[in-house]
Amino acid sequence: MININEVIETNKMILEENLDVRTITLGISLLDCTGGTLEEVCDKIYKKITTTAKDLVKTGQDIEREYGIPIVNKRISITPISLVGGSVCKSSDDFVKIAKVLDKAAKEVGVNFIGGYSALVSKGMTQADEYLIRSIPKALAETEMVCSSVNVGSTKTGINMDAVKLIGEIILETAELTKENDSLGCAKFVVFCNAPDDNPFMAGAFHGVTEADAIINVGVSGPGVVKRALEQVRGANFEVLCETIKKTAFKVTRVGQLVAQEASKRLGIPFGIIDLSLAPTPAVGDSVGEILEEIGLEYAGAPGTTAALALLNDQVKKGGVMASSYVGGLSGAFIPVSEDQRMIDAVEANALSLEKLEAMTCVCSVGLDMIAIPGDTKATTISGIIADEMAIGMVNQKTTAVRVIPAKGKSVGDSVEFGGLLGYAPVMKVNPYSCDAFINRGGRIPAPIHSFKN
Amino acid sequence: MKKTIITVVGKDSVGIIAKVCTYLADNQINILDISQTIVQGYFNMMMIVEENNCTKEFKVYAGELEKLGEEIGVSIRVQHEEIFNQMHRI
Repeated sequence: MININEVIETNKMILEENLDVRTITLGISLLDCTGGTLEEVCDKIYKKITTTAKDLVKTGQDIEREYGIPIVNKRISITPISLVGGSVCKSSDDFVKIAKVLDKAAKEVGVNFIGGYSALVSKGMTQADEYLIRSIPKALAETEMVCSSVNVGSTKTGINMDAVKLIGEIILETAELTKENDSLGCAKFVVFCNAPDDNPFMAGAFHGVTEADAIINVGVSGPGVVKRALEQVRGANFEVLCETIKKTAFKVTRVGQLVAQEASKRLGIPFGIIDLSLAPTPAVGDSVGEILEEIGLEYAGAPGTTAALALLNDQVKKGGVMASSYVGGLSGAFIPVSEDQRMIDAVEANALSLEKLEAMTCVCSVGLDMIAIPGDTKATTISGIIADEMAIGMVNQKTTAVRVIPAKGKSVGDSVEFGGLLGYAPVMKVNPYSCDAFINRGGRIPAPIHSFKN
Repeated sequence: MKKTIITVVGKDSVGIIAKVCTYLADNQINILDISQTIVQGYFNMMMIVEENNCTKEFKVYAGELEKLGEEIGVSIRVQHEEIFNQMHRI
């Protein structure tokens, strides 16, 4: 039988160390929502979401109550809208209408976000894909809950550089349209290489075409728990360090597994995956940067950071895989800047640069995340940053992503304030030299060879 | 059979266990095990209980117990046992 010390340990994790289940994300296929007219498609989408997800929020709250574990977000991911609306949307504005329906449906069922205003264009763009991508700035400016993503590359297909070029412009336009709110629209948009079909985390969640009609995916978190556990092994060698992270990740993930199974049972929707992620929040003591410091760095970004992050990421996976029957999504440590107080501090101390962050993304999930850059950054420069990150994903057969926020009217030294889980971000310096000629070539980068690994 | 864990944490004082036990008895909640310890000067008690004969719904009696805790100046949490089993048992 459970003993008092185990009970105290679990409750300490929850009450003092910010252990939570970050999200229950209900994936819903909208592939059966096609129709002859835009209105018909919108009706079907609204009905499908509001019926399938009607009990999601309540079920999440019941589980929170009964097990005493906070479930921070309840979210929905849907089939990429470029596929669903492709036959009826004849312009970007038509797609914006669907975005508004998604927003309305999300509000109706009470979720925090709905993801899947997306297009998968890793090799080429259809006309519908292009309309959707061009509609993103307006869609994100005119909705609250909708999150958008575009997959522009993969290890098997290479990188669609036409899409990368277009997205540089789209990100700037999104920043412009939402400049009243510190360019918040850009925080709801992410560009991927090797995007997973079952990611429960925003802004990049969508319900892949390989998935069942509806599915429950759960994202766990717990940087604070790992940090506290590591405080107990200060000065110990790497073996002890790694074992401690692994054991902690196991415990954290078990809670996610329990919540996923319960939610699945109560909603009558199959359990998909657990996403084993250390997802920070701006709350003190809920930071991945702090773990890196506890491992032995003065600041995240100091020499040794990439190695520390690599071991952290790997041990989280090793501990988590054993704790869950199915693992998927992005699974790894997230290193967003704005959502992590110690990462913000590292940037402000000039310890952490965009280039170092890029290097760090080679060994962890997911990519350049929630980084504010000067508002006057050129579209081609943004495309260049994206292309670099996509290349890392393509060559290393991993998911990478970029979520940057050109802060309109602001430059290095200023900061942008998003509030809530998104936090605030100091504007970071971007390499000022041009990559215009590179981005303007057009076409696509071929898929890489997977022999002669060097 | 679902078991529930009740934890009581706070400054030690006379009658904490008595008051919690009275509430449980009044609501037909059976206590299977009680243990207690002092952690960093704070009174920590854990009860494993069985609620089969309790007529109140989980969230109702959990809410009432939490309120009782506030009245006597301690923090009471009521959680299904499964979260602890999952975390501490393979």
